[in-house]
Amino acid sequence: MNFVAGFRDPELAGGLISRIRSMSKTPVRLMEFCGGHTVTVFKYGLRQVLPGTVEMVSGPGCPVCVTANADLDKVIYLAGIPGVIIATFGDLIRVPGSRSSLQKAQAEGADIRIVYSTTDALKIAAGNPARPVVFLGIGFETTAPTIAASIREAEDRKIKNYSVLSLHKLSPPVIRAILASGEVKLHGLICPGHVSTIIGSHPWEFIARDYNIPCVISGFEPVDILQCVDMLVAQVEKDESKVEIAYRRGVRAEGNQVALKLMDQVFEPCPAYWRGMGEIAGSGLKLRKAYERFDAECIFDIKPGPVYEPAGCICGDVLRGVKTPLDCRLFRIQCTPESPVGPCMVSSEGTCSAYYLYGEDNIGE
Amino acid sequence: MESRILLAHGSGGALAQELVAGSFIKAFNNPILAKMDDSAVINLGYNGRLAFTTDSYVVNPIFFRNGDIGKLAVCGTVNDLAMSGARPQYLSLAVIIEEGFPRSNLDRIVDSIRLAAEEAEVEIVTGDTKVVQRGSADKLFINTAGLGIVPENISISGGNARPGDRVILSGTIGDHGIAILSEREGISFSTGLESDCAPLGGLVADMLTASSNIHCLRDPTRGGLATILNEIARQSGVSIIINEEAVPVREEVLAACEMLGFDPLYIANEGKLVAIVAPEDADKTLGAMRENKYGDKAAIIGEVRAEHPGRVAMKTVLGTTRIVNMLAGDPLPRIC
Repeated sequence: MNFVAGFRDPELAGGLISRIRSMSKTPVRLMEFCGGHTVTVFKYGLRQVLPGTVEMVSGPGCPVCVTANADLDKVIYLAGIPGVIIATFGDLIRVPGSRSSLQKAQAEGADIRIVYSTTDALKIAAGNPARPVVFLGIGFETTAPTIAASIREAEDRKIKNYSVLSLHKLSPPVIRAILASGEVKLHGLICPGHVSTIIGSHPWEFIARDYNIPCVISGFEPVDILQCVDMLVAQVEKDESKVEIAYRRGVRAEGNQVALKLMDQVFEPCPAYWRGMGEIAGSGLKLRKAYERFDAECIFDIKPGPVYEPAGCICGDVLRGVKTPLDCRLFRIQCTPESPVGPCMVSSEGTCSAYYLYGEDNIGE
Repeated sequence: MESRILLAHGSGGALAQELVAGSFIKAFNNPILAKMDDSAVINLGYNGRLAFTTDSYVVNPIFFRNGDIGKLAVCGTVNDLAMSGARPQYLSLAVIIEEGFPRSNLDRIVDSIRLAAEEAEVEIVTGDTKVVQRGSADKLFINTAGLGIVPENISISGGNARPGDRVILSGTIGDHGIAILSEREGISFSTGLESDCAPLGGLVADMLTASSNIHCLRDPTRGGLATILNEIARQSGVSIIINEEAVPVREEVLAACEMLGFDPLYIANEGKLVAIVAPEDADKTLGAMRENKYGDKAAIIGEVRAEHPGRVAMKTVLGTTRIVNMLAGDPLPRIC
C-alpha cells in the first residue's frame, strides 16, 4: 500500500464511514489525545461524516500548547542572555509567554535557530564552540529519546557548549489526571500513534482496566482515524474495554526498547506543570544528575520574573477537553494566528489553530 | 514594547499583507498601487499600456537544483509582468554583494541571468552594483524591476473573478519551496526534487491567444496556492471552491510535507500560475496550457462562486469540505 495516498483513499474511507454509521447505536464521546489527530480530523472534515451518535473532543496532546507560561518565560529569558544560541523546533517561536515570544526576542537581537532535528543543534554547537547552544526540549515521549541521544553524543564528542532545557511531558500521567478529575465523560480514547511507537500499548492499559474506557492506538491519516473510530465504536457496542492497536505499521505492544532505555539513561521522571492542569506528579522528565552539565537549568541562572496569564484565554479548558475554541470570546476576534493570545492558536497541532484554519463551524452554505 | 519587524512579516501571508497595507499603501496610496496586482499597469495615453513591477531576491541557498538566485531574479519579475497580461520586455538589475563573495560564483549567477533573460525574451537595460561590508548582507541580494507592454483589449486583474469562472492551475505545487528547504536542511529525495523556477511569459502568451476571457492571472509564490486564492477571493468579492483531488502534487512533495508538518497549499512555487477563466473558455485555455512545456500538467482545480465573498474552501478527497485560510506567517526559510 502506498504510505500516504493509500491511507487517504476515498473508497476505503467510505467503507469505514458506512460501517460506523450502521454499527453505532449508543451515543459516545471520543477524545483524540494527540494534536496531530485533531489536525487530521479537521483537515479532512471527519466530523462532517461521522454519525450524530459519535462526538469527537480534542485532548491535551499538543506539546507546545501544554507548556506553561512559566516555562515559556524561561525559554525567552535564556534567549536574551548575550552569546546564547537557542536551537528549537519551529512551532515554538511564535508562542507568547508572559511578556514576549521567541519571535519578538529574535527581532530584538536574540540568536534563535530553527532546527529539524537534534543533529542540527549539535552541528551548531560544534560550529560555535565559544557560545552556549541551548536546545529546547519540548515534546512527549516521541522526541525525548532523540534528545537523550543528542546528550549522549555531545558527551562522546566532548561538545561542552551544548545543553538542553528539558520541558518534556509524559502522556499517560496527563490522561490519568484528566480521567481522575471526572470533568469530562469519555467513552473511548484515540491513543497517540507516535508516542505509542516509543512506549508501546501497555502504558495505556490502566485506562481500559480502571476506567472501563476502550482505547485504540491510531495513525495519522484519515483512514487510520476512521478505522480507530470503527474499532472504538465496536468495543462500546460489545460493552468491551481493552487496548487495541490500529496503527500496526508503527506500533508494537512492547514499544521501542532501545529508545526507552536511552531515555531512562539520561532522564528521570519529575513533577511537571501543565497549562490548564497545574502540576502533575511524575509527568515530566529532567536530566539525571550524571548529565547535569548538559542541563540548562543547572548551567544558567534563569530568573524570568512574574508570570502573567493572558486574560480571557481558555486554552487550559480546551486542552482538558471541557471547552471548545468556539466557547472562547477571544477566538477569531482578538486571537488569530497572526496575533495569537494563547498557544493553542499558534501551534500547528493546536486545537484553536485547527478550528481557525479549517473552519468547520463556518462551512455551512 | 517597541513593535519590530518579524521574519514572519516577510512570509507572504497575512502579516506581510498587514505590513504592506499599514506602512506602504497608507503612505503612497494611489489608484494604480491600490489594485494590488503583481505589476502596476500604467496608461500612458497612447496605444497599449505599460506594466511596471519590481522584486527583490534574497533566497538562501543562492544555488539550488534547477536554478539559482539569478534565474529566480529574472523569472520572478518576468512572471509578475506576465500576470498582468503584459509582454515582458525590459529589466533592470541591481546587485548587492557581500565583501569576499567569490568572483566565480558571481560569474555563474550572471551567466544564469543571461540564459534566463534570453529564454524570457527580455533585455537587461540598466543596472547597479553595490558591495557592502562582510556581514552587512548575506552573500548576494538582487533587485530587478521590469517593464512590459499590455496589449490593447486585455484586462487582467485580481479583482476580475466572476461567479461561475473556472480556476486553472498550471502544474504541480510546492516544488520550489520543498526543493529549497531540502537543499538547506540536507533532506534528500530518491528522485531529486527540483525547483520549478521558470519564465511564464510564453505560457501566458499562448493562453491569451487561445482565450480573450481570462479574468485573473497570478503566480503562487510565497504563501503558495492558498494565499493567492484568498487574495483573489477578497479582491473580487467572490468565494472560491477547489477540489483536493484535482490539485496536482508530486509524491515527494507530499511526503516531505508530511514529515515536516507543512501543507502543500502554502508552499512556494516559482514557475506556476493560476488562471481564473470564464467557464466557456476553460477547456480551450487548458488545452493551450497543456501544449506548453510549463503547463503540461495544467488542471481545472475549482470554480468561483458568489456566496460567502472572500472565502476559499476545499472539497477534500473524502468528499467533506474545509476552509482554506491565508498563510499566517510560518517559520519557513527564505525561499525567493
